[in-house]
Amino acid sequence: MVQLILTFAIFVALVIPAGNYLYCVASDKKTIMDRFADPVDRCIYRICKIDKDKGMNWKTYAVALMVTNMVMMLAGYAVLRIQSLPVFNPNGISGMETTLSFNTIISFMTNTNLQHYAGETGMSYLSQMLVVTFMMFMAAGSGYAACIAFIRGLAGASRDNVGNFYKDLVRITTRVLIPFSFTVTLLLIWQGVPQNLGSDIVVETLDGMRQVIATGPVATLESIKHIGTNGGGFLGANSATPIENPTILSNMIELYSMMILPGACVITFGKMIKDRKQPAKTKNAAVPLSARLFGREGRSLFLAMTLLFAISLSVCYRSELRGNPMTDSLGVIQNGSMEGKETRFGIEQSAMFTATTTSFTTGSVNNMHDTLTPMGGFAALLNMMLNVVFGGKGTGLMNMLMYAILAVFICGLMIGRTPEYLGKKIEGKEMKLVALCIIIHPLLVLSFSALTVSVQAGLSSVTNPGFHGLSQILYEFASSAANNGSGFEGLADNTAFWNITTGFVMLAGRYFPIVLQLAVAGSLMKKQFVSESSGSLHTDGIPFAVILVFVVYIFAALTFFPALALGPVAEHLTLWS
Amino acid sequence: MKDLLKNLIKNGRQAVGVTLIFMLVCGFAFPLTMTAIGGLLFPYQAGGSIITVNDVAVGSEIVGQEFKSDYFLYSRPSACHYNVYAEDENGNYIYSDGSAFAGLSSGSFNYGPSNPLLLDRMENDLELFLKAHPYLKREDIPADILTASGSGLDPHISPEAARVQVQRIAQNSGLSEETVNSIITDNTKGKLMGIFGEETVNVLGVNIDIASAMGIIGEN
Repeated sequence: MVQLILTFAIFVALVIPAGNYLYCVASDKKTIMDRFADPVDRCIYRICKIDKDKGMNWKTYAVALMVTNMVMMLAGYAVLRIQSLPVFNPNGISGMETTLSFNTIISFMTNTNLQHYAGETGMSYLSQMLVVTFMMFMAAGSGYAACIAFIRGLAGASRDNVGNFYKDLVRITTRVLIPFSFTVTLLLIWQGVPQNLGSDIVVETLDGMRQVIATGPVATLESIKHIGTNGGGFLGANSATPIENPTILSNMIELYSMMILPGACVITFGKMIKDRKQPAKTKNAAVPLSARLFGREGRSLFLAMTLLFAISLSVCYRSELRGNPMTDSLGVIQNGSMEGKETRFGIEQSAMFTATTTSFTTGSVNNMHDTLTPMGGFAALLNMMLNVVFGGKGTGLMNMLMYAILAVFICGLMIGRTPEYLGKKIEGKEMKLVALCIIIHPLLVLSFSALTVSVQAGLSSVTNPGFHGLSQILYEFASSAANNGSGFEGLADNTAFWNITTGFVMLAGRYFPIVLQLAVAGSLMKKQFVSESSGSLHTDGIPFAVILVFVVYIFAALTFFPALALGPVAEHLTLWS
Repeated sequence: MKDLLKNLIKNGRQAVGVTLIFMLVCGFAFPLTMTAIGGLLFPYQAGGSIITVNDVAVGSEIVGQEFKSDYFLYSRPSACHYNVYAEDENGNYIYSDGSAFAGLSSGSFNYGPSNPLLLDRMENDLELFLKAHPYLKREDIPADILTASGSGLDPHISPEAARVQVQRIAQNSGLSEETVNSIITDNTKGKLMGIFGEETVNVLGVNIDIASAMGIIGEN
């Protein structure tokens, strides 16, 4: 317990400077990286003919993002199909089949990193670098760019300019992603993560047998996998393998790597809003510490996310610690459910990683989620269904802001005032967009799960009997739609059916919300600021954070509760009966 | 319409540009540079932390192994047998239980918590474990030695799971229980700063020390 609280406390300590740095990068302020990054950026702008000072409205920005992502997908797809060539392929991996390549490329571009292949036998080193590592940078960069554009829209410094997508992408990559990954890669190699281009190693064991040990350029992939909240592993068992995650220290480095930028986004938001609100009042001594560190509007969101995170973590931790009654029936000593978990991480760091990876939509795992106790799996599933708890690469913040607008609207109805958020009136048009945006996620998860249980091609992939089978299906689609990418890995999902359905869900789950959210920002930008009156709802304090948590839970309960009741909840009740 | 087309072409140009540049920088230059730097600064770790005894590679410090000899410490069950295999007389690769080697892999059995196969497997392993350690009763055995790890490559077991095996190892290796106990202590690592993680026993480390104490392998 002390361990969990301390782990989170360190995160809060790390996220504040990171948030400040991201804010400087996002708002074109001076940073310590400028000396190295400026010449590189200028070079890239020149080669690609990027006019960095040319602003874009939200539509142009969205088009630029999607066109770029499409070009990247085509390039990556080509590499996957020709990976059998003997270039950086010491283990003689063959080419990837079409539907699997389709799924894989969407998966990495949309920051989902759902993997229907096993890295050991399905990918050459060339693909691991040129496709996976490259896409991990770009998917994260695109997500953060969208998030920054969205914040600029809400901050409302201009009426139609949300920034330049190419410039944002370049700046985020050269100033945030590459330097962070560089540091984390070195730390991980120091802890024992391999980084070489040699073929798999075969050793003679003391028992007179042989063992084959996977290796390769693991550390570079591992660092950006977490920094960019991507989550796709070099090997089948992801960060559970001691090759990707050898020690408790490497585990914590990976944990913080995936937490830091999503958390920093909230701070960036708070600070960029503050810039607009009080440009002259900087000498105000009465600003509380939390508002100075997180920005007023950022701190209530950060608090709401922290509450949601703490609840899911404690549900998961308590359930795992209680163990599996089936193991108790053997009459042995059980200290928590260790099936599918690593000895070096134990119950606490496994529960922490599970709650984090599903909240921050990374999708890397340090234990196998299929083997989690029912309520442990419930917590993971719920985090992806809510899809607002920090969330990877900025999308969590954007989703949370959708709920914030909804919460403001609901409160406005209750107190009979025109709802306003960040000094702008929330009217019919925004509410329609917000409602549409919120409904896409459950629609994708539930309708595709329903489709799957009604066709043989879907059902035949389920590998666990009873209620757990339904959880496997729900988890796969929740993970795809939330662009998370972890899985209940027992599911035999490398079939044309799963490759195509989840491919579509990932695409829809990524690009529809981004476009709609940018549209909300675009619509709010055009409005006049309204001056704050005594009747205005304050959105920067603890009460609003609590309201926000309730709104999120009410909507999740309404949409997902029936499905959850039939999956993990039913399994829990039968197991403990 | 003409504007839209012009816009798309301009976008396409910039998009192709950033794609190619970043594919080269992030997907190629970055991993290769880090391979060079990593290999210079941390050659042992970057190469996979391979342990050699008398110039023969016997395993990796970070990857677990399956041990079957009755004088060695046993690891946890693994869905992929820790990728340990042998060649039979026909040249086929087989696992220690005689089934065909499935190729390099990782992962767990992925049995859900309510799956009856999980109970069967644990019951089975429990019987085998009790047979190998006739001095133990069910209530002496920690569950972690019966549960499979997430990766199937867990290099560790818990100190409790190591202690219950001491008597067997001593009997079959000819070493004293004190020697075995001290070997286990030597290979036990505590929590990070006394707070983070768990206490772990490195199985390969213990078994190398046992083999060396028994004189099977030379001093290393």
